[in-house]
Amino acid sequence: MKKLLMSGNEAIARGVYEAGVRFAAAYPGTPSTEIMEEFAKYDGVYAEWAPNEKVAMEVAIGAALGGARALAVMKHVGVNVAADPIFTVSYTGIEGALVIISADDPSMHSSQNEQDNRNYAKFAKIPMLEPADPQEAKDYVSLAFQISKQFDTPVFLRSTTRVSHSKSVVTLSEPQLPEDKTTLKHNAGKYVMVPINARTRRVEVEKRQVALKKFVETFPENKMEINDPEVGIITAGMPYNYAKDVFPNYSYLKLGMVYPLPEKLIRHFASKVKKIYVVEELDPYLEEQIKAMGIPVTGKDIFPYTNEFDPGVIKNAINSDLQGAVSPYKESLAQRPPNLCPGCPHRGLFYALKKSKAYVHGDIGCYTLSYLKPLEGLHSCICMGASIGMAHGMSKALNEKGKGKVVGVIGDSTFLHSGITSLLNMAYNNSDALIIILDNSTTAMTGMQEHPGTGYTLLKKEAKKVNLNVLVSALGIQNIRVIDPYNLNETKNAIKEELASSGPSVIIAQRPCALFKRANIKPQPPLKVDADKCEGCKSCLGLNCPPISWKKGVIKEGSNRKGISFIDETFCNGCGLCAQVCKFGAIS
Amino acid sequence: MIDSKVKNILFAGVGGQGILRASDIMCMVMMEAGFDVKKSEVHGMAQRGGCVTSHVRYGAKVYSPLAESGTIETLVSFEKMETLRYLKFLTKDASIILNTEEIYPPAVNMGDAPYPEDVIGFLKNHYSKVIAFNAAELAQKVGNIKAANVVLLGAVSNLMNVEKSVWESVIKESFPKKMVKLNLDAFQMGIAA
Repeated sequence: MKKLLMSGNEAIARGVYEAGVRFAAAYPGTPSTEIMEEFAKYDGVYAEWAPNEKVAMEVAIGAALGGARALAVMKHVGVNVAADPIFTVSYTGIEGALVIISADDPSMHSSQNEQDNRNYAKFAKIPMLEPADPQEAKDYVSLAFQISKQFDTPVFLRSTTRVSHSKSVVTLSEPQLPEDKTTLKHNAGKYVMVPINARTRRVEVEKRQVALKKFVETFPENKMEINDPEVGIITAGMPYNYAKDVFPNYSYLKLGMVYPLPEKLIRHFASKVKKIYVVEELDPYLEEQIKAMGIPVTGKDIFPYTNEFDPGVIKNAINSDLQGAVSPYKESLAQRPPNLCPGCPHRGLFYALKKSKAYVHGDIGCYTLSYLKPLEGLHSCICMGASIGMAHGMSKALNEKGKGKVVGVIGDSTFLHSGITSLLNMAYNNSDALIIILDNSTTAMTGMQEHPGTGYTLLKKEAKKVNLNVLVSALGIQNIRVIDPYNLNETKNAIKEELASSGPSVIIAQRPCALFKRANIKPQPPLKVDADKCEGCKSCLGLNCPPISWKKGVIKEGSNRKGISFIDETFCNGCGLCAQVCKFGAIS
Repeated sequence: MIDSKVKNILFAGVGGQGILRASDIMCMVMMEAGFDVKKSEVHGMAQRGGCVTSHVRYGAKVYSPLAESGTIETLVSFEKMETLRYLKFLTKDASIILNTEEIYPPAVNMGDAPYPEDVIGFLKNHYSKVIAFNAAELAQKVGNIKAANVVLLGAVSNLMNVEKSVWESVIKESFPKKMVKLNLDAFQMGIAA
């Protein structure tokens, strides 16, 4: 068969297609996003972006109850959002088949925490497969659907950033033809989870656990490699590759299924080797279960709890006397944190917001990047949709002391994800906070995905486009302003006035993302600093716009300036914010 | 006969410079040449103007897509000061190819931190093979600054034991038709640099 260089996410999408599955729902989130984007490209599939992971999960459950084989995809923290239906669909089981992909992010490359979602499998009593590379990622998808069907259970497939976003050679398989087994079949006793039925299903879950524990003992993707009888490594997923890289001669038990664990197989492996290391990122998930079997192993005593591993981490943990690699360069280097892009509509908003000296509750999106100096645009950020509830809570708790000083900012996609109910709460409980919806017409951070406010679906069909103004008004908010964040004066005034007004207010700052192709933004000519007029006040540098830099030592007669600002015209997109900031008319 | 030892290359630079595309092309070339190959990538938040790296590893059989610190034999750096950030990943006799273009991080823009001086002098003192040129300017000469990544690949190809025709055929498949000539020209620029 054909061989291709594929990322783990491309391979998972291919795996879903090869398995003959044609139904999937998701909300984008790094490192999971490309799974749906790639799946949506195959012929004859139905794939949708739901407004959040809970909805995506419920859509997939509904499809599965109608006999379809369905997929739900989310990043690790998305599983928290979807947890409510997940825990109970574990009781009901499904008619068709149901696979949930959880893409975890050890090291928090693009996340607010690094929770280990293997715990969800154990917690919700749902089997979990964990591939180690793109080839396995593809192949495990069809195994996951088989297990789901065979045991009438949802099945987790766990990826991590390093599986999803590494590329390697994948051998394709012949796709199975999709078979339509959808049907309306009533079975209220199984699917209506009132207590009396839930108690019955609860017992079924334990029966299923027994059956799965038997099944997993002979599951062929739990692989034993007996080499050196002195040392054995028990591992799963990507860490297997790291360990094999540095210790090719040790013996291995590589678990393709991380819940439930094959106790007999683990005991058998333990009898073949003298010393066992459990190599796993994040939680001592395998280690604790193996120790509970009474098998002595070494794990988190020597391996880190935090961050993803690499071959060096494993080598240095096992051979603690090894010297780590060192750089000959000893000076400190300026950090290079990610930043808002040139022309980003969030820049002007946060510049204006800083002047208000308010406490700003932030949310998840590109705008989170504004927290860094010099914008220092937000002062808290917990999770998707949290800004609105937190701003309301703080405003209520501080009462008079917080008047005119508490703001929540949230992107359009994030607002539609989980901000609507909290804004409804603000209207209902008569909040005094100000909420700013940063409407850039897309889901920018993850790469321009569609959402209910964009007017298009994942399958590129035109769609009903929610009107944010009307929606906010329908929730009961009376003070609503729509502004253009490229207009600094308008933005500053709106913030000032809405902070001063009583009751809840919403400002919708509307301007498409500067990178959004469909918005068809014509870049304006780059701006220039007039060296004769620049007084070196550094106001424009306060925007933290990538093309604007400080040129030290460019002095002029009759001025005590110590340098001037300079605009690199190759990066400047001509948004004109810096010209509005300059008090000397030096930028045009 | 394929050399069985795994070779490690690190691509590093700033988000938006075409680093992932370049490492993709490198992987496909090595795959065409008959090697097993793996690479790592950085997506999402980390990409917005921040540091971007991509490890490429090839050989008879590759396990990890990440190389261990101290084992990178070739560093392809897309930005001058970024080169310094990754030296601990290199072997002592590593080759360094670097774009001498400077992209200032926020602290340097603000005047709060210096942009390191004489980066190339420092590198030449510590490494025997340092190939430095302004890939952005060369790319501009063939028509588009964005082709700087392929210019750098041209220089990389001089160090790799794979026919230039394999590189060219992969480049042809990697870009839309109207961008192919530009990128082939950029590749030639890099070979000659």
